[in-house]
Amino acid sequence: MTISRETAVGIGLVLILLAIPYAAIELGKPFYVTLATRMAILALAAVGLNLALGLGGLVSFGHAAFFGIGGYAAGILASHGFSGQPLDFGLFSLPGTTMMPAIWVVAVAAGGLLAAVIGAISLRTSGVYFIMITLAFAQMTYYFAISWPAYGGEDGLSITLRNAFPGVNTLVPINFFLICYGLLAAALVLFALTRDSRFGAALQAARQNEVRVATVGIAPYRIRLAAFVISGMVTALAGALYADLNRFVSPSMLSWHMSGELIVLIILGGVGRLAGPVAGAMLFVLFEFLLGGLTERWQFFLGLALLGVVLFARGGLVGLLVGRPRHG
Amino acid sequence: MQTALFIEQMLNGLQLGVMLFLMAAGLTLIFGVMGLINLAHGSLYMVGAFACASAAAATGSFWAGLAASLAAAAAAGAIVEILVIRRLYRRDHLDQVLATFALILIFSEGTRWLFGSFPLYLDIPPLLQGTVSLPGGSRYQLYRLAIIGVGIAVAVALFLLIAKTRLGMRIRAGESDREMIGALGVDIRTLYTLVFALGAALAGLAGALVGALQSVQVGMGEPVLILAFVVIVIGGIGSIKGALVGAVIVGVTDTMGRFLLPQLFGLLMPPSQAGLVGGALASMLIYIVMAVVLAVKPQGLFPAAKG
Repeated sequence: MTISRETAVGIGLVLILLAIPYAAIELGKPFYVTLATRMAILALAAVGLNLALGLGGLVSFGHAAFFGIGGYAAGILASHGFSGQPLDFGLFSLPGTTMMPAIWVVAVAAGGLLAAVIGAISLRTSGVYFIMITLAFAQMTYYFAISWPAYGGEDGLSITLRNAFPGVNTLVPINFFLICYGLLAAALVLFALTRDSRFGAALQAARQNEVRVATVGIAPYRIRLAAFVISGMVTALAGALYADLNRFVSPSMLSWHMSGELIVLIILGGVGRLAGPVAGAMLFVLFEFLLGGLTERWQFFLGLALLGVVLFARGGLVGLLVGRPRHG
Repeated sequence: MQTALFIEQMLNGLQLGVMLFLMAAGLTLIFGVMGLINLAHGSLYMVGAFACASAAAATGSFWAGLAASLAAAAAAGAIVEILVIRRLYRRDHLDQVLATFALILIFSEGTRWLFGSFPLYLDIPPLLQGTVSLPGGSRYQLYRLAIIGVGIAVAVALFLLIAKTRLGMRIRAGESDREMIGALGVDIRTLYTLVFALGAALAGLAGALVGALQSVQVGMGEPVLILAFVVIVIGGIGSIKGALVGAVIVGVTDTMGRFLLPQLFGLLMPPSQAGLVGGALASMLIYIVMAVVLAVKPQGLFPAAKG
């Protein structure tokens, strides 16, 4: 079996990401492990978005909602787990937890549920409407988080101690990186499997020609909703990890700026490409770190760079390395 | 007292609605004519506010500031259109979103660079200071009433411009068939630049007017931009009438929700909790309204008649 150039580039990028923290430790710069962890988590969030945006052509400008709800799931469960007080839902109550796998399940479920509600309404529309509506719903969760003071409101919520994983000391940075990296790898496999499945074929076909898909008897709405929900779940998982990385959750995780950044990651990397989000996240974090070190005004230059990519270099980094897709 | 408060809140809602209309009119015009989604519209609002505040500080006159805000926003709009936006008309919405997102970053950081991170303040002009008495006994800020007046005047002027003038005819023609008016010899590039500058000037006007009520700071445009999106989604993208109706709905719903919902919940639960639940629900109310409108009419209340 021959490996396509895109796959080779993808594997290369993923291996480079794995090598960064080990190289950092070798060089005695452990700070870079955190940077690599940030790359892995943002890449995971973007893999989620790439399912909807890249494969399904659903330009969601509201994925911060899922990212943030994952973060808040981690923050809220951890704060209850730490204080020992159960979460009270009125009719029933749940114990809090500081166990990552349990938190992940809750985060993914919450993300999926929210995506189902937002998607069910937003997917009735398309094009610009879809962009604006997903943005508006994300904004709604943002204002809700700000105006609901129980979990910190505008000030956000700290996680006292990074949550635990059975058998692993998550306080050691490299261990936490490996957890995030493992989940990223799993998500990439999920993305590749989805892309090549019957479901993925229908989803991509619905992006290219909705009428034809409907004509052969597949309802595009249901396919898209399913993709949107899976996408929201993956991004929510990344949100939970992000909260653990920073040991802090705030409404800014839900802000429209976050949604924009996730789209930017995908565009920088390459839309719909398997390794696009990984390339984009690595590039973005590197850019942020290098320019942020040089000038306080790094966002100005990020804007210029982004403008340049959109106007002149479509296809992103993966596109640059691999060439244009054969069909698109 | 309660009636007076009610009327006051109603007027506040109307004032917010008028503000949103100035933003939404430009957005919806630009989308209707050029098919472009412009996230940087909030930046033009910010440009207007900053131009007004700095010109007013330099000359001591709010009116000079107002003129400066219109000129600066229109000029910024025209420059951005010629340099960037022009290349985006034929691109898909994703590219438009990204490029205009990049413009927001550039505008925000650029403004912070020029003016620093501290907010500027703008005084209400002496002519419009003071209050008017309302039926029911309370008093209402004259300036806010003036904003409502300006908004209504702009709405009428915009209607006349589009329905009665030659430029308006071209704008309408551009909405229904771009290729054809190009073929008929209308300079479509200049028309697009004009429309974009007009929308920008309206946003700048909104920014300048609001600048005297709030502080003028970087990032002030984004919350308004998102509300304006909600407005045009409710009203129907591309429809000026929809923008007007949507703006009033959003402005009044948002203000009245924040005023009435805590009281409404106060009937059911203790006041502290009512304030919490009511406040949280009020902050989401317009989005819920938007969801309901979309569930009933996915194309908004006044779908633009387009093929």
